[in-house]
Amino acid sequence: MTSSDKTQLQIQACKVRMGILLGTYSAKCGHPGGSLSAADMLTYLYFREMNVDPANPKDPNRDRFVLSKGHTAPALYAALANRGFFPVEDLATLRKDGSYLQGHPNMDSVPGVDMSTGSLGQGVSCACGMALGLKYQGIPARVYAVLGDGEIQEGQVWEACMFAAHYKLDNLVIIVDNNGLQIDGWIQDVMNPYPIADKLAAFGLAVQEIDGHDFDQIEAALDKARATKGKPSAIVMRTVKGKGVSYMEDEADWHGKAPNEAEYRQGIEELEAELRELEAQ
Amino acid sequence: MADIIRKATREGYGRGLKELGAEFDNVVVLDADLAGSTKTGVFRKAFPDRHFNCGIAEANMMCVAAGLAATGLVAFASSFAMFAAERAFEQVRNSIGYTRLNVKVCASHGGMSVGEDGASHQCCEDIALMRSIPGMTVLCPADEVEARKAVRAIYLQPGPVYMRLGRLAVPVFHSEDYEFVIGKGEVLKDGSQVAIIATGLMVYEAMKAGEILASQSIDAMVINMPTIKPLDEALVLHAAEKCGKIVTCEEHSTIGGLGEAVCSFLSEARPTRVRRIGVQDEFGHSGPAWEVLKDFGLCAENIVKVCAEFAREN
Repeated sequence: MTSSDKTQLQIQACKVRMGILLGTYSAKCGHPGGSLSAADMLTYLYFREMNVDPANPKDPNRDRFVLSKGHTAPALYAALANRGFFPVEDLATLRKDGSYLQGHPNMDSVPGVDMSTGSLGQGVSCACGMALGLKYQGIPARVYAVLGDGEIQEGQVWEACMFAAHYKLDNLVIIVDNNGLQIDGWIQDVMNPYPIADKLAAFGLAVQEIDGHDFDQIEAALDKARATKGKPSAIVMRTVKGKGVSYMEDEADWHGKAPNEAEYRQGIEELEAELRELEAQ
Repeated sequence: MADIIRKATREGYGRGLKELGAEFDNVVVLDADLAGSTKTGVFRKAFPDRHFNCGIAEANMMCVAAGLAATGLVAFASSFAMFAAERAFEQVRNSIGYTRLNVKVCASHGGMSVGEDGASHQCCEDIALMRSIPGMTVLCPADEVEARKAVRAIYLQPGPVYMRLGRLAVPVFHSEDYEFVIGKGEVLKDGSQVAIIATGLMVYEAMKAGEILASQSIDAMVINMPTIKPLDEALVLHAAEKCGKIVTCEEHSTIGGLGEAVCSFLSEARPTRVRRIGVQDEFGHSGPAWEVLKDFGLCAENIVKVCAEFAREN
């Protein structure tokens, strides 16, 4: 990746973050914290990694994405909108009565959403089914699933990991957004899931640990995952909940709370300043 | 009656799956370590590359089925009713019902007739749970032939389906030329004084009851209702109009099953007196299947008793 490529990704990530704020501010509810921590990974997946086409969102040969931590739909919608699947202005309709942008991802109503999710632990199993289905049909597409680090407290996640390894789903990448926080506090205080990487490795996945806000590390990890044969890959990405909006960073309160008007303005101003700086490079 | 053939509906499921697999490449089958019992093993033997054992992990299996369907396949997912419909209810609701994906949840060992295993495995709430999911088609075939024909019918109908199958060998009364249609009931015997509407293994019991009632000069209509949802409302209405009294029979709780579906419909369409034979808000117990069924009044003798009393009432 050239430095210009990286700047372009950073610009897109900044726009995705602005979309997250727009959506949750307009809805007066939603989940900004975990959306912002996953924003860089989603940006990389939609702008560089995945073979997807906004003009043909149901292409049977496309790569698939499953947001297993479905409550961070604002990030997915912002990435899809900026990638051209639907107008960015529509992000302001998030969670509103009559909007196609449901509170949690819906595959029937939102172009580009490959699986309806929201009930934690289920998306990763669906992703396993997709990876198996693609393999069975000889389609060389890949499947990416993003999970929360609180979400992995669900037992079903480990059923899915066992399944993925058993069926050697090397077209599957499980990405854990390790921002360290869940609704009730720090994950190790609520119900300690650590050591996450060791557990995933013990279940038979090829595990990598990276900084989830570093595009070079994201690229290297996804490249390595693609080259890994015979077993599914897992990427545990260390992230900061609320990343990119100063007052939201590392605050559990911002798991499921929307910014008010003043907070929204401040967040947008911070991101606009960052955007101006990136565009000047 | 001595020469009647007895087979479990799960056997029809296994045979039906194998026939379907030979005809269509996009049929895939999932099981949760019960392939021998659910009879998906019959399919596995013929098509090992598209039968996927998920181990004892039903929640994951339902969502894997959804993922397979999302890539264009038609996924049949099987376990015992207790684990398919009850343990994995929320997975079926959110990943299969809400998504409207092409998954057919086919659950064996439904009802009291599991027998010796006892209450932990006697699943009498599955139909109630599955009926409550928006858009879910709910079937309960009465014999091996009907189950086998239903497999093809649910393959051809896009979207989620729940089909309840039984462990117990029960009389096969349909002939090979029987035509199964989703959403259609079947009048097995016409009558005018009371209409018995039955599903699953209670259908044959209802047929026997109809004959006994005839010998007592009570003219009972006997209806097989293999589709609980969508209910064959036209046929229920016809039975209500002709007989004025309805007795429903099911190997399931009277809460949320066929009886309640019939009552819900009739209370709005044509208020009619109904008696519901089924499990009366209680858990089962161990014992040989036919004895346990009898303990809960799930037998021809009890149908006769209920219908005879009901028919004599003004």
